[in-house]
Formats: sequence, structure tokens, C-alpha cells
Amino acid sequence: MNRHSQKYSVSRSRRRRKPLPVVAIIAAFSFLLTQLSFARAASVELGVKRKTELIHLLKQDCGSCHGMTLKGSLGPALLPYRMAKRDAGQLRAIILDGVPDTPMPPWRELLSSADVTYLVKLLQEGVPHD
Amino acid sequence: MTRFRSGYLWARLSVLLSLFFLPLLSVAQTALRGTGDLGIIIERAIGEVLIVETSGQTILGKVGGLGDLSHATAVFSRDERYAFVFGRDGGLSKIDLLSMKLVKRVIQSGNSIGGAISQDGRLVAVSNYTPGGVKLFDAASLKLVADIPATYGDKGQRSKVIGLVDAPGMKFVFSLYDAGETWVVDASDRTALKIRKFRNIGRLPYDGLITPDGRYYIAGLFGEDGMALLDLWHLDAGIKRILPHYGRGEKKLPVYKMPHLEGWTQAGNELFVPAVGHHEVLVMRAGSWQQTGKIPTYGQPIFVMSRPDGRQVWVNFAHPLNDTVQIIDVPSHRIIKTLKPGKAVLHMEFTPRGEQVWVSVRDANRVNIYDTATMTLLKSLPADAPSGIFFTARANKIGL
Repeated sequence: MNRHSQKYSVSRSRRRRKPLPVVAIIAAFSFLLTQLSFARAASVELGVKRKTELIHLLKQDCGSCHGMTLKGSLGPALLPYRMAKRDAGQLRAIILDGVPDTPMPPWRELLSSADVTYLVKLLQEGVPHD
Repeated sequence: MTRFRSGYLWARLSVLLSLFFLPLLSVAQTALRGTGDLGIIIERAIGEVLIVETSGQTILGKVGGLGDLSHATAVFSRDERYAFVFGRDGGLSKIDLLSMKLVKRVIQSGNSIGGAISQDGRLVAVSNYTPGGVKLFDAASLKLVADIPATYGDKGQRSKVIGLVDAPGMKFVFSLYDAGETWVVDASDRTALKIRKFRNIGRLPYDGLITPDGRYYIAGLFGEDGMALLDLWHLDAGIKRILPHYGRGEKKLPVYKMPHLEGWTQAGNELFVPAVGHHEVLVMRAGSWQQTGKIPTYGQPIFVMSRPDGRQVWVNFAHPLNDTVQIIDVPSHRIIKTLKPGKAVLHMEFTPRGEQVWVSVRDANRVNIYDTATMTLLKSLPADAPSGIFFTARANKIGL
């Protein structure tokens, strides 16, 4: 309660020193900024449920061509020691748009941008143990 | 008095006889069993197979320690006692269905996908991705008999091998995924194999099958429309391309899972095959190999399997529409039923005469058993991420 009132009094004192419109603009701007960064954080940080689904997708559905343990099968191996050397942006493009003239399909319709970011992370850093 | 005596003697004799035979009888009651109604279900994630029987629809037991079984397949010895399981990790395992024990296991390559058993039951062939080729093993000992590297091109590259089947005349037929070739291996003399190669069959063959009479081998193509047909009675005629334009003018959809060509979905004189990249089952006439129809389906077909009598065709689908099975009525080419067994329907297997079909539902961890006449669920069995289901009746079918 004490702290709160202290803070309040500080901002009050600021307000008195500076002209009102400028303060309002700064406040509005900072409000917008925080909203924006919140929105970005929400799109990047997937929920636990979605992450679990993506690990399942990687093992089972990517795995139907690359092997359930990603050691390779009809498609090439996707193990971290290989994937870490690749450019993340390039991996991202391959997942989203596929590779022409190969069986690698585009996953754009099934995955969000944040999904792909997480899949690239899984490919390069390995799947966490469940 | 004499009567009584002889009766007494008989009684004593029968007691003695029964004492002598009793242990044998009790052993017989517990141990004697046929294998014609047995089968295995692959539990892909935990490296185990369930041993099941289809008469009472029960799980008899399980055999573990089989390694990476994702995409595993199996063939059976001709006496239907042993299953040979081909694991993704290159493991070849021989399982005794009666004692429910792993008899032998060899790691024969880095990455394998399928196998076949020879006409005489003495050789087991395994097709490998890495290093690409086919290896032949003695069915009794699992000792290596021959190694056939799938080399192609002028730099000696190795191709992944797909669509391996057995054929009459002690032959094995398979296709080279990277090279676009089909090879016919005559293993009549296991010490001197004869190999005949057919080049330029089409781009990226993804799987192959053979007709039940062992005459026609067909490889499905991923890299272009159509299929590659080889008449094994007339090898000199070479590869004939069939269904060359089935997708023409239509945009191919992204393919999230390769279709399979397993068994021969022949009904009457018509064949039902999956259309790659389309929500369709294609129908063609055997002999003329002309397309006679296409049946719109719920998703991209993976397995297109006909009931043994050929009156129904059951179809499952690729991710993300893999929660569904559709049933085609063969005479009318119409879908008569859509079932929703659950997420990730991976495989289907009919009982030898087709009154039941067993359906693996991976993500629901169960196998559903349907009555094919009423198309209704009879029973569900628990299984850990089940994939392939294989019944022993395969032992005596060409190409399975």
C-alpha cells in the first residue's frame, strides 16, 4: 500500500513538470509497444499442448518418410548433427514450401509460422526426452 | 465269476493305460494348436509384436526386443509357424508364433523396409535403403546367402530398394527408388543368382505389387503419373507404362504420406489403386490396363485393399485425414460406408475368408475389428501404437 502510493505520487510529480499532451503521447506509444511485444511473444511461445502435438507430428508424420527416430528412410536423416549445420531460414523454407521434384511436400497449409519455428528448433537442437 | 474276472482285468488295464496316457493327454490339450488363425500386430514404438488369433479375437501374448519397428512388415514360413519381421533399423527377426519366442535376430543393414519369402520357403529376402540393395538369408538359420547391391549409374551409386515381392520360379522382383529400375532375380541356384534389369521404368517408383497368379508386377510411380507394368511370363516385352495420364489437368495435392501397393486389389477383372496426390481411387481393367473409372474419396488413399471375395474395397487415408476408412462397393464403384475408427488409421488386414477386418488405430492405441458384412465394430483390442497387422494366411499367397 505504501509503495503504491509512493509510485503514484512520483508519477504525479512528473506530470506536473511536463506538459500533458507529450505525456499522453508517450504513454500511448509505450502502451502500444507493450501490446505489440505481447502479441509477438504469444505467437512465438507455443503452449505445451501444441509443442507435444508438434513432437508427435515430427516423429510420426515427418517420420513416415524420414524414420520415426529421424535417422532417415525414403527421405534423408534429420538428426541434429546434420540439421545444426543448416541455415534455420533455409530449413524453414523447406518445411513451408517443400522441395520441388522430390516427395518433400509443402506444409504451409497445416502449420503456423510459430509451429515451423518450433520444428526447426527441434530439428537443430534435438527432441526433448519425454 | 469268469465274467467278473475279465471285467476286473479290464478295469485294471484301463487304469494302467490311462495312467500311462494321462500325461500325454494333458500335454496334448495344452500344447497342440494350429496356426492358421494366428497373426501378429506390430507395436511400432516399443519394438514388440502382439500375437493374436482371429477365431476368438484375442491377444495370445507378445514378443519384445525387436528394435525399431516403425514401418515394419512381416512374412510367414510356409508351415505358418514362424513370422519373419523386417524392422526399420535393419533387424530381421524370426518369431515362433506357438512358443511366442524370438528364435533369432540379425541386424543385416542400417535401414530396411520390407521383405519376401521365396517360393520354396527356404530363402528370406530383405530390401534395404542404406546401403541400398537386397540380401537373401537362409530361412532356417538366418545366415546370409547372397548380397545384391542396388548399384546404378556410372559412378556406382546405390539406390534404395522398394516393392520387393516373391514370384514363381524362385524369383524375387523389386524396384530401385532412386534409379527408376525394376530387377528380377532368379534364385533357383542360390550360389549363382541370375539378375535381369529393366531400366527407365519411370521416376521414383514408391512401391510394387504382384498379381496373385504371380504373372504381373506393377510399380507405382511417385515422380510422374502412371505405373510401370512387367509381364513376368514375357520378360522380353519389357516394361509397359500404364495409367499414364490419370492426373492430367488436375493439380496434384501435397502428399504427406506415400501410398502403399499391398496385395492385389483385384475384384472381378478390375483393379483398384491409389491415385498419388489426389483424393481418388483409380479403377483399371486387368489385361487392357485401361482406366475404367475413378472414385472420389475422403482423402489421399494409402491402402486400397479388397476383401478376399473382391466385393468390397476398404481404403484408409494419408495425414491429416487419417482418422477415416471408406468402403467401396465394387460392382457400383460407390462408397457405401464411411467409418471413423480414430486418429491415425495405419493398416487393415482381412481374415483369410474376409468375414472380419482388423484395423490399427495408432493414436488411439487400439485395433478395431469390424464385421465386413454389416460394416460394424465387433470388438476393440488394446495395442501400443499399432501399425502393421499380418495374418498367417499370407504364408501361402504369392507376393505376400
